Amino acid sequence: MAAQELTGAEIVIKALVDQGVDTIFGYPGGAVLPIYDALFQQNKIRHILVRHEQGAVHAAEGYARSTGKPGVVLVTSGPGATNAITGLTDALMDSIPIVCLTGQVATHLIGSDAFQEADTVGITRHCTKHNWLVKSAPELARVMHEAFYVATHGRPGPVVIDIPKDVQFQKAEYAVSPHITHRTYRPVVKGDIDKIKQAIEIIANAKKPMFYTGGGVINSGPVASQLLREFVRLTGYPITSTLMGLGAYPASDKQWLGMLGMHGTYEANNAMHDCDVLINIGARFDDRVTGRLDAFSPNSKKIHVDIDASSINKNVHVDVGIIGDCAHVLEDMLRIWKSKARRPDKAALADWWKQIDTWRDRKSLAYKTNDEVIKPQQAIQRLYEMTKGREVYVTTEVGQHQMWAAQHFHFDDPNRWMTSGGLGTMGYGLPAAIGAQIAHPDALVVDIAGEASILMNIQEMSTAVQFMLPVKIFILNNEYMGMVRQWQQLLHEGRYSHSYSDSLPDFVKLAEAYGATGIRAEKPSELDAALKKMIETPGPVIFDCRVDQFENCYPMIPSGAAHNEMILGDDPEGASVSEEGKMLV
Amino acid sequence: MKKDETIERHTISVLVDNEAGVLARVIGLFSGRGYNIESLTVAEVDQAEHTSRITVVTSGTPMVIEQIKAQLDRLVPVHRVIDLTVEAKAVEREMALVKVAGTGDKRVEALRLSDAFRARVIDTTHSSFVFEVTGAPDKIDAFIGLMRPLGLVDVSRTGVVAIARGPEAM
Repeated sequence: MAAQELTGAEIVIKALVDQGVDTIFGYPGGAVLPIYDALFQQNKIRHILVRHEQGAVHAAEGYARSTGKPGVVLVTSGPGATNAITGLTDALMDSIPIVCLTGQVATHLIGSDAFQEADTVGITRHCTKHNWLVKSAPELARVMHEAFYVATHGRPGPVVIDIPKDVQFQKAEYAVSPHITHRTYRPVVKGDIDKIKQAIEIIANAKKPMFYTGGGVINSGPVASQLLREFVRLTGYPITSTLMGLGAYPASDKQWLGMLGMHGTYEANNAMHDCDVLINIGARFDDRVTGRLDAFSPNSKKIHVDIDASSINKNVHVDVGIIGDCAHVLEDMLRIWKSKARRPDKAALADWWKQIDTWRDRKSLAYKTNDEVIKPQQAIQRLYEMTKGREVYVTTEVGQHQMWAAQHFHFDDPNRWMTSGGLGTMGYGLPAAIGAQIAHPDALVVDIAGEASILMNIQEMSTAVQFMLPVKIFILNNEYMGMVRQWQQLLHEGRYSHSYSDSLPDFVKLAEAYGATGIRAEKPSELDAALKKMIETPGPVIFDCRVDQFENCYPMIPSGAAHNEMILGDDPEGASVSEEGKMLV
Repeated sequence: MKKDETIERHTISVLVDNEAGVLARVIGLFSGRGYNIESLTVAEVDQAEHTSRITVVTSGTPMVIEQIKAQLDRLVPVHRVIDLTVEAKAVEREMALVKVAGTGDKRVEALRLSDAFRARVIDTTHSSFVFEVTGAPDKIDAFIGLMRPLGLVDVSRTGVVAIARGPEAM
C-alpha cells in the first residue's frame, strides 16, 4: 500500500502523535498557521496556549521534568522564536528534553529580511543540543523523529526544528518509523566495566567517603533513583546532592546531609572538603557547588559518572571517569559490590559519621522566629509541613526564595522539584508550575516565588486561569531582589543599587484581576490559616506572603572561598570576600 | 591537585556529516568556549556518504585539549574525532600561493630560492611571480620569510591538512 500524501503540517501532527505526545505548549503566528490549522482538525494533541513564548518553553520544561517525557513547544517565526531563546538556554543548561517547533518564512523568502524573519537556526545553534531547518516536506517526518531521539538520548537537551511556511503546505509521503537509528549520534549508556571495578575498589576502601549526586540521576529515570538508594544504603555512606538532584535520594533519610554548594548545609560542604573518596553520580562540578576550585575537596580520590564525556575533567580533574547513564552504571556498581561481598570499613565509617554529626550540630539552617514578622524560612517550613503527605510538585523562581526552598522544603521522591539551576532564570517558576500541573492535574503544584521574579512571567496567570490549572504561587515578598541585595551588602558596602522592588502591584488584587484567588499573610500568627486556605482553594492562587525584608540566605560560601570557609549568619567576622572573589558571579 | 599548564599544539581531525551549518557548529564551539583556532580546513571527502573532514589546529593545556575533543565529539553531526598529535603519527601539509613583485636581482633571487623550496611558478608577468609552495607549515613560514625582502606582496594559505601515517583509516 502506497503511503498517503500528507501536508507538512499534517506530518508534524502525525509525527507528534507517533512520538506519544499528547500535550504541546505554544502561541500561534503567521508562519505556523498551517500547523495550527492541522491542530484544529484533530483531537489527539492538546494545545496549551501560553501568553509569551518564554512561558511555553518553561511550561514544557516543567512538564518534562515532572514526567520524564520530552516537552513540546510550538511557536511562530521571528519574535516567536527569539522569545523562546531564554527557555531553550535554560533547558540546555539543565539538560531538559525539549522539542521546539518554530515557524519560518517561506523558503524563497529566507535571507530577504522578510516580515518576522529571523535566522532561527543560527540564533539557536548555541542554545540547543541540535537544530534543523527543514527545507522540504519529504525530510520532515525523518527530522521530527530524529529530533525526539536527539532530545531524549544521551544528555537530554532542547532541539529546534525550523519549518518554513511553504513546507507546511507542501505534500509528501509519511513513511518513517518513529524508532530511528541515528547516523552519527549514539551516546554510550553502559559504563566501562573495568573502570567501574576500579571505582568499586576505591569506594570499598574509603575511610571518609561521600556521595555527591546531581540532576543526571533524575534524568536517568526513577530506576536510577531506586538504584542510588539501594547502593547508598548498602554502603552506609553519607550523601549530598546538587540543587538539580534534590529528591533522587530521600531527604528524610538519616544518611542525607542536605544540599551542598554555595547555600548548602555546613555538614554537606565540610564533608565534601574533608572526604577521602568523592563519588559524583550525575553532577557536573558546577561553580555553585565547587567554590574555589583549587581548594575543592583537596584530599579526595574522585569518581565521576556522567553520560556526557565532556563533563568529565572539565572543571575538576577526577581519578576515575565513567561515561554512561546513571542507572546502567549504578546497576553495575551494585552488582560488582555484591558479587565481591564488599563491606565498608565500619570503624572508619563510624568515626566519619561522628565527625559529620559535630557539623550537623551547628544547625546551619537554623533561624530565629518572632511574633512580629514572618521569616521566609519559616514560611517555607510551614508550607512543607502543611503539604506533607500530599502529592506535591514544587517549582521556584530564582533568588533567595529559591535557595530557602531548596533548604527547607524536603523531597523524598524524584521529579517533584523543578527549578532553574544552571541559567538561573527569573520567571521560570510560574510557567513551569503550569507545565507540571498539566501533567499532574490532581496534584498540588506550588511555585515558590519572589515578588520580583514572579513579575517576569506574570502574564501566564491567564494561562492558568484559562485551563483551570490550580497552581499556587507562594510569593515570599520582601520588596527586594533579595539575592542581589544580599550580594550588594556583602560586596558593595550596602549600596543597594536598584535592588528595591518599587511600585509593586497589590498581589491580591492582581490575582482577582486575573480571575484567581488572592491571599495575604503579614504576621506569623496568620500564616497557617492562610496556607490552609491556599491549599484548599480549588483554583489558582497568588499568595502574597510578607516576610522579613532584610533576612539573608545562609549558610553561604562567599564566591572565591572554599567549602570550609562558610559564612553561617550575619556575623561581620566571617563576612568577607576576597578581591578575586568579587570578580566571580 | 597538580595541573599541567603547558600549552600544547594539537592537530585534530573531525569527520562530520556534510549538512548545513556543520562548520558553523564547529567554529561556534571554539568561539563560544574560548578555544583557539590556529588553522582550520574543511572539504567534502566522500560524496556518496556526504561526509566532510575538518582539520583544526588548536592550542591549549592538556585539560583544554581533552575538553575540545570531548566537546567536538558530542556535536550531533560528528562521526569521529581523532587527535593526530596524540593518537597517530601524522603527516601535515599546507599549501600557499605567494606573490612576489620586483625586477632585476631580487626577481632572480626569488626564482632561485623558489627552486630550493620546490615551489612552482604558476603565474608570471615581467614584474611578478605567483609561487605555489607545499609543505609543513614551518617550511611555508620559512619561504614567506625569505620572500619578504624580495618583494612579497600577497600570501594566501590553505591551512593545515593532515592524515595519519600507516594503512588505517580514521
